[in-house]
Amino acid sequence: MSEKATLLTVYQYLPQINCGECDVPSCMVFASKLLNREATLEDCPPLKDPKYKVQMARLAELLAPPIKEVAIGVGGNVVKIGGKEVMYRHELTYHNPTAIAIDVSDKMDDKKIVERCKAVEAFTLVRIGEYLKLDMIAARCASKDPERFALVTSLIARSCKLPLILCSFDPKVLKVALEKGEVADRRPLLYAATEDNWKEVSELSKKYDCPMAVFAPNNITLLKSLIKTLEAIGIHDMVMDLGAYTDGRLLKETINNLVMVRRAAIQRSDKDVNYPIMAIPATVWIGDKLDPMTTSYREAYIASLFMNRYADLLIMHTLDVWALLPVLTLRQNIYTDPRKPVSVEAGLRTIGSPDTEAPVLLTTNFSLTYYTVANDIESSGIDCYLLVVDTEGLAVEVSVAGGQFTSAGVKDLFSSVGIEEKVKHRKLVIPGLAARLKGDIEDTTNWEVLVGPRDSSQIKGFLAKNWTIN
Amino acid sequence: MGEKETRILGKNLIELLEKFGDIEIENVEIRAEELTFLIQPVIRSLAQAPQLVPRVVEKEIEALLEAEFSPPIEVYPGEIAEVQIGATKSDGGSRRKVIKIGGAKTMPFYSFEATNQNKPVLAVDVFDMPISLAKAVKQHFKDVMEDPADWAKKYVEDFDADIISLNLISTDPLIKDTSPKDAAKTVEKVLQAVDVPLIIGGSGNKAKDPLVLEAAAEVANGERCILNSANVDNDYKKIVKAAKKYGHIVIAFTPMDINNQKKLNRYLLDEGLPKEQIIMDPTTAALGYGLDYTLSLMERIKLSGLLGDSDLQMPIVAPSSNAWGARESWMKSEDWGPREYRGPLWETITTITVMMSGADLFMLSHPATVRVMRKLIQALYGEFDSDQRIQDWITEIEG
Repeated sequence: MSEKATLLTVYQYLPQINCGECDVPSCMVFASKLLNREATLEDCPPLKDPKYKVQMARLAELLAPPIKEVAIGVGGNVVKIGGKEVMYRHELTYHNPTAIAIDVSDKMDDKKIVERCKAVEAFTLVRIGEYLKLDMIAARCASKDPERFALVTSLIARSCKLPLILCSFDPKVLKVALEKGEVADRRPLLYAATEDNWKEVSELSKKYDCPMAVFAPNNITLLKSLIKTLEAIGIHDMVMDLGAYTDGRLLKETINNLVMVRRAAIQRSDKDVNYPIMAIPATVWIGDKLDPMTTSYREAYIASLFMNRYADLLIMHTLDVWALLPVLTLRQNIYTDPRKPVSVEAGLRTIGSPDTEAPVLLTTNFSLTYYTVANDIESSGIDCYLLVVDTEGLAVEVSVAGGQFTSAGVKDLFSSVGIEEKVKHRKLVIPGLAARLKGDIEDTTNWEVLVGPRDSSQIKGFLAKNWTIN
Repeated sequence: MGEKETRILGKNLIELLEKFGDIEIENVEIRAEELTFLIQPVIRSLAQAPQLVPRVVEKEIEALLEAEFSPPIEVYPGEIAEVQIGATKSDGGSRRKVIKIGGAKTMPFYSFEATNQNKPVLAVDVFDMPISLAKAVKQHFKDVMEDPADWAKKYVEDFDADIISLNLISTDPLIKDTSPKDAAKTVEKVLQAVDVPLIIGGSGNKAKDPLVLEAAAEVANGERCILNSANVDNDYKKIVKAAKKYGHIVIAFTPMDINNQKKLNRYLLDEGLPKEQIIMDPTTAALGYGLDYTLSLMERIKLSGLLGDSDLQMPIVAPSSNAWGARESWMKSEDWGPREYRGPLWETITTITVMMSGADLFMLSHPATVRVMRKLIQALYGEFDSDQRIQDWITEIEG
């Protein structure tokens, strides 16, 4: 029954006055920006006029993503999950990176709880100019004692500002935490409503205006039934947990479940499953005498598997950096906009204040290679020239093998940027992975070629050892 | 509901609304927004009347509402070609068994809609000379690196590799310039040392590779090896000719571009090499270093093949040991934690990602990745049961 969002359907609800206040010349262009998620309705000032109220509502509905967006937290400490539009990222892009929560048990001693919360909040890794961070705390009531849990949620609330998930299948536990645990005003995610407790949990969700999770392990029909019921009684912010099994046949079924509900929501417009998906790789930690290293390893690759198949929120247990780094890196990869160009502009970059004796380095115009190299050089404080050769947006090794990285290309670059006027020497450092081009480049340019390190993190040490001007 | 009826209903509703202001609706399935939509043609002229949106009254509900879910199954018109790797005695080879890849009818592990009968397969990297390897990998092989036959044997016997990927890198004129004839001897030695199928790779030198692969193809006559690789910059015709003559499979390598991959596949097909003897390598970038491009590229290729593009219906090989090119996998760093774990995990997660995107065959370096992937693939194929209970995870997680 619902109308499809197309250029014309969106356009017909816009003011159609081409006022240009949104910084594009016409409402038609603005419509296409809305469709590509490059603009939001907020960017159209005339639309805010009350006379467009109905159109505004219609546009909001038309442009709403097939998977609802759910916000957890308040104010500046909000995590938004879901809001997905497509099954495969090449069709548009994925929105709202998978949020990662770390669990805190109320059986931990108070000191450890405070330390753990602070560690999660402070956790930061930098990759290619971006900060990789953890997003939430999942407080687990392992003690089964509502009073203890409320004390612990107070402790967590005082220790960090991260958005929270309150985990217990006992509604009494959730109730006491919301009443006395200093978290009610933080709009935590209530985890979780089940077949048995949905009524009580939904009352809490309504009373405190909190989003809630729905738990139906390996049972999509039950999940649908719960969601349908909860929607009927006025709950609209939900997160679906189909039970993330991590082993054997149950893992196979879990992956199938995740694909099926996402496809039903996006391609079949099934409104009973169009909520964000959560998965709990932390379940690998159930059991005695687990080896911490192999269990962290396992949790990390299970998290990656679920992230590859539609998880919008993960609860994890490990805090080992070596295990979290690849998971966060994968998230960075998957949620990069595929419309972003693969290449940067070829040419000459000046890093720091190079003089006529400064080193001249060479890299490719594949954006990841370029940013990695440029960041490494900048952060090590070297004054130099960085030449960016056009390899059709390919990385060093691939473009050397594929013939896009050639000595002729380097020669053309030399003359187009006038590098010979900028430095007195004739010495070029090439990437270690392009070693085999050394001879060719020397013959073509008459420069001396130094084969640099295979990894740009070692440029500083390399130059200290090898860069001299006679 | 026809358009005319919709309009009439819309009109009636408007009239109702004007009379009563509010409307109670029994069927909660009809949402206020849908009503607005139904009456849209009329409502636009009345846009300033805000009371037109009806208030849907929520019902008291005692028991769960019933719901049904039928799996959203899709049937794809196309199918990925099946490639048989290795030949047993009865097929004119000497391998213990034949390995099949491809034949997919749906995306990886979507078993609710179709069964992809062939599981992803694990090949491991062996080199014809000692090379610099990440410490985490090297520690397992330092006693066998001098001899590729021993190296291969260790991998098959200790770590259960499906296929050995033998890289004849010493043939590079800038390395040792090993002759095609000598390289072929290495191939023979490895074929004798192990009874699993072989991938035979050159050094990447575009002039030398076709000669090396041709010589290797000849000594491996009938073994149905995989020649790695044909690409637009080398004499792919020579490689195809050798594959046809001696009964091998060819990897078609292109650097990260679906159209170029399609073009190269077409060239090989035009040379008379059937789909069943081609495997695509559309480039596997490491986690953190372009894996996003690889992921989307493989998904597009696999979907195109399933949707019927016969030039893209070959299985995909992913040299995911490229993960070791990422500094996060091998570099010593206190901030990043022990590299003995970080490295193989980097390779494991790179491999999982390309597997979910559509790769059928992997080239791996670390035994831990082989072990983890083997178990994971078995699980994803439901080959063993699990009595895992997660219902009480909130109270049962250790720590």
